[in-house]
Amino acid sequence: MKRRDFLKVCLAGGAAATFGGACGTARAGGSFEGYPDGMGVLVDTTRCIGCRSCEAACNKEQKMPEPKKPFDDMSVFNQPRRTDETALTVVNRYEVKESSRGQMYRKQQCNHCNEPACLTSCFVNAYTKTREGAVIYNGDICVGCRNCMIACPFNIPGYSYSSAFNPLVKKCIFCYDTRLKYGKPPACVDICPQEALTFGHRKDLIKTAHERIRETPDRYYDHVYGEKEVGGTGWLYISSVSPDQLAMDTSLGNEPIISNVKEFLGTVPMVLSIWPALFSGIHLLATRNKDHHDNDTSTHTPGQEDGTP
Amino acid sequence: MKSDRSLQALIPLLLLLAVLLPAAGWGISVPDSIILNKNGALYDQISFDHARHIRVTKECSDCHHHTTGTLVEDPNCIRCHRNSGPSQTVSCRGCHTPDPFSAKSLRDKDHAPKTYHLDKPGLKGAMHQSCVGCHTKSKKGPTTCTGCHPRSAAGDAFYNTGEYAPKPKAGKSGH
Repeated sequence: MKRRDFLKVCLAGGAAATFGGACGTARAGGSFEGYPDGMGVLVDTTRCIGCRSCEAACNKEQKMPEPKKPFDDMSVFNQPRRTDETALTVVNRYEVKESSRGQMYRKQQCNHCNEPACLTSCFVNAYTKTREGAVIYNGDICVGCRNCMIACPFNIPGYSYSSAFNPLVKKCIFCYDTRLKYGKPPACVDICPQEALTFGHRKDLIKTAHERIRETPDRYYDHVYGEKEVGGTGWLYISSVSPDQLAMDTSLGNEPIISNVKEFLGTVPMVLSIWPALFSGIHLLATRNKDHHDNDTSTHTPGQEDGTP
Repeated sequence: MKSDRSLQALIPLLLLLAVLLPAAGWGISVPDSIILNKNGALYDQISFDHARHIRVTKECSDCHHHTTGTLVEDPNCIRCHRNSGPSQTVSCRGCHTPDPFSAKSLRDKDHAPKTYHLDKPGLKGAMHQSCVGCHTKSKKGPTTCTGCHPRSAAGDAFYNTGEYAPKPKAGKSGH
């Protein structure tokens, strides 16, 4: 009987947790448009000259290891690179047919989503979207599952595979610790000679981007990448060519990644907490008579036999 | 009488000056050279040959917008500045702030919503966009970083180049 009480409590508790939790998640997903004072950066690729100063500044600010090649070595553009444990931002060169220049550059780093997929996918809550708009990462509680690397729609987080004992996920944190939280722009924005990177409130940057396109329509392709993509990102891009020509994924849609998994994730607590209790209960009910029979066998067997016609 | 004649003799000279130095009328002297990047750490300061750029450009407005009072050609600027006269402020740093993204600059922007030129580049951005843009477009003049300003020792360290270039790792050679 004690065991049955325990199972009843489990069942009730599990149900409460599941339905309570499900209501909570349903409210959180899909509608968050970023903190009102969230900061961002507008990347104007028409201004970028591929000088790699942002890479050098990031390397020094974040105390990254020495690069394989000097930061004024332009041979790195010969093949596309991605962000990794040694470089939180990289500039790539693209051959563009439409552009008068023929070649364009695009800096990439964490885009600091309004509703980050990395944060959604992290089951130990190592990620935080700060009030200032940065998506930061706490290595102390990370268990190294690398779900965030799979979840990120922009393939940004890197992993320190080279570290045998304390591997960490590495990604741009918007210089949060050293600059952003003191109201200063990140190191890459500070050093950019061309002001290809404009730092400001995200809501203002969206206006600025559309204003640049409206004022000089010949210079720009009419799209602000990141305004709506995956629910909006803190870093926004404008360019003279369509985003796909600069290897920006145009198939991501405007829904935050969490919307794709919200319904599924809602069922996880149910499976984990209700099912064991539910099926244990069913099992107990199904085997109740048998139990009774077994228990009674020793004491009441004669009585039962008596009752039998 | 004598003074009249000497004045007459000065007229062509004054006209010539007026053509060469449009800002002279406002009591602003046009410098032949300007020291740029005075406080730069990564690159040395340079002497910008202003006189030469006056010779090779068509209009002052190629760099100075409408501020010198010469004809503005940018179709965007013409919408308001077709008849704009010279302005008191002509130098780049007179309008373009050295710290466009500081908390103060962003706050000032917030408090001046009626300002038209809200998306105004900072001093560094304005100069590089102007110089590199024109050099690239006209295919004249340097377009690389060190083409205009030599990198300092601190700059070499910052960019991991020169004597600070990454050394090939021993033991990884061969094979």
